[in-house]
Amino acid sequence: MTDISHSGPVLAADGTPLKRSLARALRMQKLRALMLIAPLLLFILVTFILPVADMLFRSVENRIVQDTLPQTVEALADWDPASGQLPDEAVFAAMAADLQVAAEQKTHTKVAKRLNYENPGLSSVFRKSGRKVKKWDLATDGPFREKLIEIDDGWGDIELWRTIKTYSGTFTSGYFLNAVDMQLGAEGPEIRPENERIYNTMLVRTMRMSLIITFSCILLGYPVAWILANLPARKANLLLILVLLPFWTSLLVRTSAWKILLQQQGVINDTLVWIGLVDDANRLVLINNELGTIIAMTHILLPFMILPMYSVMQTINPSYLRAAKSLGATDWTAFWRVYFPQTVPGIGAGSILVFILAVGYYITPALVGGTKGTFISNLIAYHISTSGNWGLGAALGAILLAVVLLLYWVYDKVVGIDNVKLG
Amino acid sequence: MSALPPYATVGQRTWHYTFRVICGLVFFFLIAPIVVIIPLSFNAQDFFTFTPEMLRLDPEGYSLKHYRDFFNNDSWQSAMWNSLKIAPMATIVSVTFGTLAAIGLSQPHVPFRRAIMAILISPMIVPLIISAAGMYFFYSRIGLQGTYIGVVLAHAALGIPFVIITVTATLVGFDRSLTRAAANMGADPVTTFFRVQMPLILPGVISGGLFAFITSFDEVVVVLFVGSAGQKTLPWQMFIGLREQISPTILAVATILVAISIMLLATVEMLRRRSERLRGMSPS
Repeated sequence: MTDISHSGPVLAADGTPLKRSLARALRMQKLRALMLIAPLLLFILVTFILPVADMLFRSVENRIVQDTLPQTVEALADWDPASGQLPDEAVFAAMAADLQVAAEQKTHTKVAKRLNYENPGLSSVFRKSGRKVKKWDLATDGPFREKLIEIDDGWGDIELWRTIKTYSGTFTSGYFLNAVDMQLGAEGPEIRPENERIYNTMLVRTMRMSLIITFSCILLGYPVAWILANLPARKANLLLILVLLPFWTSLLVRTSAWKILLQQQGVINDTLVWIGLVDDANRLVLINNELGTIIAMTHILLPFMILPMYSVMQTINPSYLRAAKSLGATDWTAFWRVYFPQTVPGIGAGSILVFILAVGYYITPALVGGTKGTFISNLIAYHISTSGNWGLGAALGAILLAVVLLLYWVYDKVVGIDNVKLG
Repeated sequence: MSALPPYATVGQRTWHYTFRVICGLVFFFLIAPIVVIIPLSFNAQDFFTFTPEMLRLDPEGYSLKHYRDFFNNDSWQSAMWNSLKIAPMATIVSVTFGTLAAIGLSQPHVPFRRAIMAILISPMIVPLIISAAGMYFFYSRIGLQGTYIGVVLAHAALGIPFVIITVTATLVGFDRSLTRAAANMGADPVTTFFRVQMPLILPGVISGGLFAFITSFDEVVVVLFVGSAGQKTLPWQMFIGLREQISPTILAVATILVAISIMLLATVEMLRRRSERLRGMSPS
């Protein structure tokens, strides 16, 4: 044994201080772990995170006005819309010049479409003028103010110029304001007229229906989870298959099953008529409305509620209930005061999961929801693929994503993402 | 919920049986819509409801004509082949990346573990329509929109959370001294991985892979946006069918898909029990 009195740091086998040697080993370990994760992280970043970020960016990006009408934007900088006066000749000349270039490159229709979202009617003004301005000689054909107004009265409207000025920045809050039924008015954001408000209704409906679905899942799932957790293992496993099979069955299969069953000439209505509950002449309307969406989505999301509740209930010791009863509690008191509070984590986990999934649903509402039972996702899809108003679609998407991420964060705090179990 | 005690009151007895009936009804609600389409798919008529012949169990009322239509119809066949081309590729990509990352994540010291986990699970959380729209714009920009590779990459991204979750769950029960023992006896890390670690976590990897497969095989929103007509998958074809004119062939397709789900579910359950038995847990 060497001297124990030896002072100074403890050394590792290779002569470096032990502390440093350990730190290096730990660093190596961390690096190795990160090296294993890095390929996937990179993959997810490129295939998933970047696309989503790119889309969200579209909700505020607004370079098109600046790019297409550069001279006009510059000339308009000095103009004050509050003055009530039309911009001066310089602005009109700049507009004529910009329009000529844009019409040549056929980009004036794009900017017209963009501005039309904010001020319906602008599109036709631009299209009409673009064709004619192309033939003008910019040096000699002035003054352009009268000539432009002559082509279309729209140019004499202060609102048109105000819209162009308002939306000439690189970034805009316009899409987001639009998504919550507001617009950029003369004095900042203002609420849209009553007849143009649709998006708030849609958001509220999505939330309300998701809540209804979540509650029906709790109501239907609780007894099932209870019976699964309290039956002998063999029987419980057999019954669990009845929960897992829908979970594994294709979403489209389940949706088509509901679409077929809920029809007016479908199996459910046939059975009800046969039993005599419903008159053949007034068969129930179960599909293409809110009810259809709620029934189908409750069925589709129910396993996501049952499984977390079941795993929590499995851990609850049955002797607590017996103890409560032997202390004189009635069945109801024992359940409500002793058993139920212990199942709250399971209910919470299941509810957040079901709500997160329900809020973003697209396929089922699109197929069984008709017009009354569609969700915000359907509107986003409409703006991305049909109307072409990508910015608005992106803004609605950003709002939906914010709601979901907030709930995801809560879920992580309450349950922990590590504890998510499948099947 | 063991048997009712002999001293139970009438009220308790009534509730006991009422409760069972309620549970039975919920189970019925869960399973009936899936079961009911199976006999309907053998309907000899083009109806979506039971014909009187079917109710009489008359063989005349049943036929395989919807199945024949599925196997003879070009658009259904090409849709099926597209699905079978896309799903396995997406599964391979997500299982390869996912397993490596799960092993990295289950090391004892991982910096930013929580944040990394949150990012890797996010494809499961973000609403599909947002993922789909984002991928549509981004993939068009880099020329992947409407290509086979684009759809495979998108589906692989969606399948990764499932692989991560199942494989990390398996790794929780993994005994690290086994890899140390292998290293001690002179095996290099690659040999250790393939000869020692991989066989033990294989059940988790396979069930993760099955989840990834079914995710891609069932997926319709992303493929609607990222794919073009050349990548029309089975769910896409079903979606169109349901949306435009609904033909009873869909019932046959649905039945086939239910059969596939039952097979996958059985495999996953078997693997789960096997791995629990191996780890010495009681097979619950």
